[in-house]
Amino acid sequence: MPKSIKFKTNWDYSPAPESTSHIRLKKKYELFINGKFILPIENKYFETINPANEEVIAEVALASKKDIDKAVQSAKNAYEKVWSKISPQEKGKYIFRIARMIQERAREFAVVESLNGGKPIRESRDIDIPLAANHFFYYAGWADKLKYAFPNKSPKSIGVCGQIIPWNFPLLMAAWKIAPALACGNTVVLKPAETTPLTAMLLAEIIQESELPDGVVNIVNGGGETGAEIVKHKNVDKIAFTGSTEVGKIIQTIIADTNKKLTLELGGKAAQIVFDDAPIDQAVEGIINGIFFNQGHVCCAGSRLYVQESIYEIFIRKLIDRMETLIVGNPLDKNTDIGAINSKPQLDKINYYLKIGQTEGAEIFQTNCAIPKKGYWCKPTLFLHTSQSHRIIQEEIFGPVLAVQTFRTIDEAIEKANNTPYGLSAGIWTDKGSKIFHLAKKLRAGVIWANTFNKFDPSSPFGGYKESGFGREGGIHGLTSYLNL
Amino acid sequence: MKRLEVLKTYKLFINGEFPRTESGRYLQLKNKSGKLIANISSASRKDFRNSVVAARNAFDNWSNRTPFNRGQIIYRIAEMLEGRKSQFVEEIMSLGISKHTALKEIDNAIDFTIYIAGWCDKYQQIISSVNPVSTSHFNFSFAEPMGVVGIISDNNSPFGFLRLMLSVIAGGNCAIVVANEKYPNVAISFSEVLQTSDLPKGVVNILTAKKNELPQHIATHLDVNAIVIATNNDKELSEIKRSSSVNVKRVISVSETELNILSPDLILSTQEIKTTWHPIGI
Repeated sequence: MPKSIKFKTNWDYSPAPESTSHIRLKKKYELFINGKFILPIENKYFETINPANEEVIAEVALASKKDIDKAVQSAKNAYEKVWSKISPQEKGKYIFRIARMIQERAREFAVVESLNGGKPIRESRDIDIPLAANHFFYYAGWADKLKYAFPNKSPKSIGVCGQIIPWNFPLLMAAWKIAPALACGNTVVLKPAETTPLTAMLLAEIIQESELPDGVVNIVNGGGETGAEIVKHKNVDKIAFTGSTEVGKIIQTIIADTNKKLTLELGGKAAQIVFDDAPIDQAVEGIINGIFFNQGHVCCAGSRLYVQESIYEIFIRKLIDRMETLIVGNPLDKNTDIGAINSKPQLDKINYYLKIGQTEGAEIFQTNCAIPKKGYWCKPTLFLHTSQSHRIIQEEIFGPVLAVQTFRTIDEAIEKANNTPYGLSAGIWTDKGSKIFHLAKKLRAGVIWANTFNKFDPSSPFGGYKESGFGREGGIHGLTSYLNL
Repeated sequence: MKRLEVLKTYKLFINGEFPRTESGRYLQLKNKSGKLIANISSASRKDFRNSVVAARNAFDNWSNRTPFNRGQIIYRIAEMLEGRKSQFVEEIMSLGISKHTALKEIDNAIDFTIYIAGWCDKYQQIISSVNPVSTSHFNFSFAEPMGVVGIISDNNSPFGFLRLMLSVIAGGNCAIVVANEKYPNVAISFSEVLQTSDLPKGVVNILTAKKNELPQHIATHLDVNAIVIATNNDKELSEIKRSSSVNVKRVISVSETELNILSPDLILSTQEIKTTWHPIGI
């Protein structure tokens, strides 16, 4: 084994914290229904915390069945009486306005996103928030051009969309859901994830300020039970869900005897395949970004690594060297690479899999980095000597945990990569173009990143094969999810 | 003396062969006056599972055929149908349907086959896209077949299954068809057309079965990617949708109206969209 670089030096970075002085957060957040912030009928609230220090940031209203009923009713009224009567171009102008207002408050959103969700400020500032604004901007322009997207069809809106989103990209997922729904002429009841309600509440403020007609977007908070009330509500015409495959299947079951339309964006277990002809340093960067981006809380994270046997040793050495440079800590520090794990239950789940991986016989490696005493943290983790039947290969961990295997032939790599119930994304690393196209065809996944990974864009359709869900979000294909054709 | 007619044994069509059902069971197909037309194989869950294996094994080959080649094979199906027109007219008439209707059915079936044959190398261009992303990447999306598709045809036409099945395979999927209980002889005779049309074995498998026996097994099978169903029975549809959640199966319900118009809709709705990214730079 070649010599490793020594990282035990005094080359520490000085802290570079992002200021929190400019953000405006309330102590208490109500429900956003029919254009107003209103008290929850049962007057229940839950605390939302900063996972990096476990301190309470604010209290958030918990929506009950009656509140959901009110929100759906408001969306239905708005759909029938207001939104459907506004011209497509005017609808688009409202959505453009929302995009612009997010851009104006972008830094504040980024800080709140990192405070509430634990993700590094570099990521919320450079990825989450700009992409969210761009998503609104992109779909705003579609509002009055739908007939050009579907020649020989007469695209019609669906009605009230119930949208349930996860905690890993809170504002971005809200944008992915709301923007196309509105552009296609629908109204919305959105439920953010229980642990990350705050940026959605800031978005509610923007929606109010944008003068979007009352009730076109309603935002209610709560956990699984609140979500279930939305799914079951008889006046909801369409469900869009992003989250775990387990919950996705439950939703599919619940609405089976209705005509509700459904799109599901569920879990993943993406394979990253590195060939011996790949540019190794570039591939190492891509693998690091693939699994440690957003603490690995990414449905399309590259959580399985397949390295061609001939470069295994050097690749793993370089990968470990690079992992050792990762800084885990304060999400608001601009030097931070890996922030806090989003919640205690998620940390427990990751630790559970760390134990399982070792019990199953894989070799664990974790970096030497320091982690803060308070808050939820997980060191960058590698599992070596795994096999295809291991649970850490088959099941989604949703944390900074990468499981490594090797392969000899391209057919073996394809077979292994496709051998999970999921099919959301995959990564290919090789210098040979024809090999990329061959693999891009053979891999059963909705997004293929070749010599890159974890890239997103409003114009680029995203969504999975197999148990990773159905329907696409983004691009012209994302419109189909919100229209009757 | 009058010559005694040789009757056909109606079996199943699995993996390009004509096996009897492993269960040994049969259904009696009778005409309106109650006379036995044929004993029809009553396919079992095991027959269905064998069909899934055949379809899965055929998928790699079929989905990797050039679209042009798929178009030629489907065109060939139309040629074979045309040649055996009178046989189908007789078989449809044996069920008590008028000659006029039978002729219309077969003519429409042939013309629909030609229509779909022509789509094979064209639908891709009306659904794929190059996406103008804001980073330095080349990004494009295109359609790929979903995989193994179960087809349940309860609609009121002897060739209803054919309309569903052709759209499904035109896009590179492999299919298991559960024929309408009312017209099993037409479906099985049609498999003879498939067998002489250069369609690779396993791409289409046709089962005749007691109504309601197979749909739940299709919905719960983990290696079936999607179900295409034409039915007016809401309860049946709900049950299939519910059971399909076991592996997030796609359920595509086709109405009678949709079934009877010429469109590439069903080809497109049994496709997945795949998006590929690659950096641009030197």
